[in-house]
Amino acid sequence: MVQPLNYLSETTSQTAGPYVHIGLAPAAAGFDIFEKNFSHVVAGPQTRGTRIRIEGRVLDGTGTPVRDVLVESWQANSEGRFNHPDDTQTKALDPDFRGWGRSCSDFDTGVFLLDTIKPGSVPWRDGRPQAPHISLWIVARGINIGLNTRLYFSDEEAANANDPVLRLIEQEVRRKTLIAERQETPEGLVYRFDIHLQGDRETVFFDI
Amino acid sequence: MSSFGTNRPSGPREGDYYQRDLTVHPPAFTPIYKTSVTRSPQKALLSLEQGIGEITGPVFTAEDLGPLDNDLILNYAKTGEPIGERIIVHGRVLDENGRGVPHTLVEFWQANAGGRYRHKKDTYLAPIDPNFGGCGRCLTDENGYYYFRTIKPGPYPWRNYVNSWRPAHIHFSIFGRSFTQRLITQMYFEGDPLIDVCPIVKTIPDPEAVKRLIAPLDLRATVPLDCRAYKFDIVLRGRRSTLFENRLEGN
Ligand SMILES: [Fe+2]
Repeated sequence: MVQPLNYLSETTSQTAGPYVHIGLAPAAAGFDIFEKNFSHVVAGPQTRGTRIRIEGRVLDGTGTPVRDVLVESWQANSEGRFNHPDDTQTKALDPDFRGWGRSCSDFDTGVFLLDTIKPGSVPWRDGRPQAPHISLWIVARGINIGLNTRLYFSDEEAANANDPVLRLIEQEVRRKTLIAERQETPEGLVYRFDIHLQGDRETVFFDI
Repeated sequence: MSSFGTNRPSGPREGDYYQRDLTVHPPAFTPIYKTSVTRSPQKALLSLEQGIGEITGPVFTAEDLGPLDNDLILNYAKTGEPIGERIIVHGRVLDENGRGVPHTLVEFWQANAGGRYRHKKDTYLAPIDPNFGGCGRCLTDENGYYYFRTIKPGPYPWRNYVNSWRPAHIHFSIFGRSFTQRLITQMYFEGDPLIDVCPIVKTIPDPEAVKRLIAPLDLRATVPLDCRAYKFDIVLRGRRSTLFENRLEGN
């Protein structure tokens, strides 16, 4: 026998289930309980940067929109700095930007929204710049463990071509599953981003 | 900072989070839980080392919460208190190194005593309780400790097989310090015979991992003549120390 290695095991994930919205987004699900609510509005009135809307759907293996999904986002501010003590870059913090949002898909259409600003570039581990991107985390009934992916922007072609993470995706055809399509609309700048859980167009998901 | 390379101007004081041990988690494709069949990715996940965006995550404070958010007995009480068994659920949020995770957001949601959710998509015939909302949240203290008061949820039927029943459970969402630690899980109650036959529980390959989701009755934490208690510790991914990687940073 040897001495035991006394590390604990991570608690096991279980599906968020069909009623995740009453727990995590009650106001968005039409249930008035908390005074203060988290929402899909990531940028406040004073937040610096280019205002954008992310609009998308999560589609199952049959191409049907998942209408009970919850999507969370995490991103840097317009300078490329995260609002967190472990980001020790010297870039300016934005006092009106936590950088995190939570969006509940529409129960009829499956569309989820994020109202935010376009993030700046953040260096990768080796100092190379990453293309601007937003990290997404997806949970729903039928998803046993939250899915991690990234959203990049179609109008950042040069930066995307050199992005160290996109370049890790061996099949070039799959890289475009992470690129949101820019659309100029009367309401402002929208990036369309559909997430495919399965199939030929399956989105690249990360084990991070 | 050392694990991020010496040519980088700045970085974290500690290293990366441990690689996730996927053997303690259910795989994506679990036909016994039918909904997973069309919602499970089929291609391999792309394993990614962690950058700044992975080792950071949202920070929450007491400002984000209301005063009754951790009391499900009172936070939706309209004409009186909800029906059911009064319980406290408490425990610590730890990392794999056994250290408490301080000041992190813990959210929870559940059915009422009859097994009905206050959700427009829940049509189970057990009645809504007019005084029970079924959700709450709190921040852990400096040692990672959390607690809340609620009504013990009832089991409920669901459409998987015709005669599938969920064991009594409380859903938990935990943030940790970084987005890599983000976790959603469910807590079950000691002694519930429905745990062993639940298709969602059976998605978990490791029986020891199932046991860690079952909260024991904790008689030391009860409030005598008032409220029973269950203890549920939650473990998030731990973080490497950066020993011998350029220099010691005192962690
Ligand atoms: Fe449930």
